Amino acid sequence: MSAVEIVRFAVRGLAANKMRSALTTLGILIGVAAVILLVAVGEGSSQSIQRNIQQLGANTLTVSSSTGGGGGGFRMARPQQDSGPRTQARPLTVDDARALADRTAAPHVSSVSPVVSAASRAASYDGASHTVQQVVGTYPSYFEASNKPVAKGTYFFNDDVLAARKVVVIGQTVAENLFGTLDPVGRQITITGVPFTVVGVLKEAGASGGFQDADDVAIAPLPAVQQSLTGFGPLNQILVKAGSADDVAAAQAEITAVLDQRHGVGGAVAADYQILNQATLQETVSAATSTFTVLLAAVAAISLLVGGIGITNIMLVTVTERTREIGIRKAVGAPRGAILGQFLVEATLLSLIGGLLGVAVAMTGAQFTIAGITPVVVPSSVVLALGVSVAIGLFFGSYPANRAAKLRPIEALRFE
Amino acid sequence: MSLVLDVRDATKVYGAGETAVHALRGVSLQVEPGDYVAIMGASGSGKSTLMNIIGCLDVPSAGRFHLDGVDVGALDDRRQAVVRNRKIGFVFQSFNLIPRMTALANVELPLAYGGVRPAERRRRALAALELVGLADRVNHQPNELSGGQQQRVAIARALVNSPALLLADEPTGALDSTSTLDVLGIFDRLSAAGRTIVVITHEADVAEHAKRVVRLRDGRIVEDIRLAPVDGLPPRLREVTA
Repeated sequence: MSAVEIVRFAVRGLAANKMRSALTTLGILIGVAAVILLVAVGEGSSQSIQRNIQQLGANTLTVSSSTGGGGGGFRMARPQQDSGPRTQARPLTVDDARALADRTAAPHVSSVSPVVSAASRAASYDGASHTVQQVVGTYPSYFEASNKPVAKGTYFFNDDVLAARKVVVIGQTVAENLFGTLDPVGRQITITGVPFTVVGVLKEAGASGGFQDADDVAIAPLPAVQQSLTGFGPLNQILVKAGSADDVAAAQAEITAVLDQRHGVGGAVAADYQILNQATLQETVSAATSTFTVLLAAVAAISLLVGGIGITNIMLVTVTERTREIGIRKAVGAPRGAILGQFLVEATLLSLIGGLLGVAVAMTGAQFTIAGITPVVVPSSVVLALGVSVAIGLFFGSYPANRAAKLRPIEALRFE
Repeated sequence: MSLVLDVRDATKVYGAGETAVHALRGVSLQVEPGDYVAIMGASGSGKSTLMNIIGCLDVPSAGRFHLDGVDVGALDDRRQAVVRNRKIGFVFQSFNLIPRMTALANVELPLAYGGVRPAERRRRALAALELVGLADRVNHQPNELSGGQQQRVAIARALVNSPALLLADEPTGALDSTSTLDVLGIFDRLSAAGRTIVVITHEADVAEHAKRVVRLRDGRIVEDIRLAPVDGLPPRLREVTA
């Protein structure tokens, strides 16, 4: 009795009940496809979030003031508990930015860009108007630090900053809404009534799922924006670029030291600014997304398990239904191993076929965008899902198969 | 001459204690090669139990049982399967063909479990089907065959491995009279060709075809009549040819 023979008997057994075999296979198919596809969706969303973070700029640290109403209000309400020498947090200023640019105090910092921003400002050109989500006033180094290359035209330069020239680099969304197919470079737009000359258009950053439109932006020299839009108040943030990825931690320490000194932070006085590190952010987010992926995979694994129980169920029915056949086979001399093998192979074939079809379905499904996410198939999840499905066949098939093999021929033959 | 079948003092008890049923109360039966034995008895006489023991489907509670010189009781599960495969051919009352398998596949089954190569298997299965007159029905499934044809397929399956003993349990019990004659004719011819056959039946007309009739009652052999010599032709066949 060769293995090929046993497989042939098993295939014949499955073919005898095509509908039942197909439905059982479907259970495994759904389980395997769900595992692969959901892990792929998880991986896809994780990668897209990572990309978004990287788009914010590599090796950059964002310093923003933490003069939140909560902390300040708390201090003013209970001045007796404030042991520090001052009760007011100091805002970030251009002088802070200059101090950070000092090569001796902060050798690991490669560029510093003070940033003021104004949200939702109306811009217009020749009758067309558009509300720009964010108007940013900054230094030219901002383009490199925040990873915003120009697609058309040029950046503005330090001269423009010194002269407070009203020039602006606009994002793709702004360009499309104001100019349509026209070339915006060299034309004059007005932002809340103030004329600005467009010198460049940013490269499209692409819609970043969940985040605001990174292309709906206008970037102008710092003093120009302060003069016309925000006034000469505090900075919203200071964007600091470290020399390299390895320098980020050192740069962060230097920034802390400089700002602590300038703002009188130390001892019991809490820092009135915060530093956002891209790497830390990335770690936090990837931890969150991997939890999300594991959760998805767990849900899918449950459906795979249910499919496995379906196999046991169907094989038990099959064994009961074919008890007489088993008796006949034993009467003509089938050894226990052959019967065991036949039913085990039947169960394993069901799960293997289901698994392979599930992989095919998952691969097809992964070609489409699901809920705004492009799934990324993880090869190990394919191997795992397929392996688990075969193991399920063997494991869940072994109980019914054993029952079949152990039947005494005389009892099996008497069975009606 | 070595015996094909040698049962000594076989007893079989089902259950235990108060409810114990003594199906066999010490049966001894020897069958020589080439004999054609009919075992008769009313229902409850223990003839089915004896048949199950002879067919290695069941083991006696006590007593010894040799089949073609092999002590079957001493064999493990695996070797018993081999004995069922090589030494015994079964014919059942209810045919017991495997549904959804063609006649040819059904006949090939014992050869498949016996490890015969596919080409040889097919050749021998076709020859066995030819022998029972079903060469034109090889690709029919059991549900496409009449009862008589199904039983002939079952006989072909029993014969295909050239077993030492052909064992038939009420082979004509589910058949009409024409098919019964067909089947009995096949048995007569097989017997004439030197096959050892044991038929279990409660019908006298069936028993008349045998060379020897053993009658069971209440688990004991009560009568053992020889109708024809072991090395002669079966009685009814002799009448036909004479």
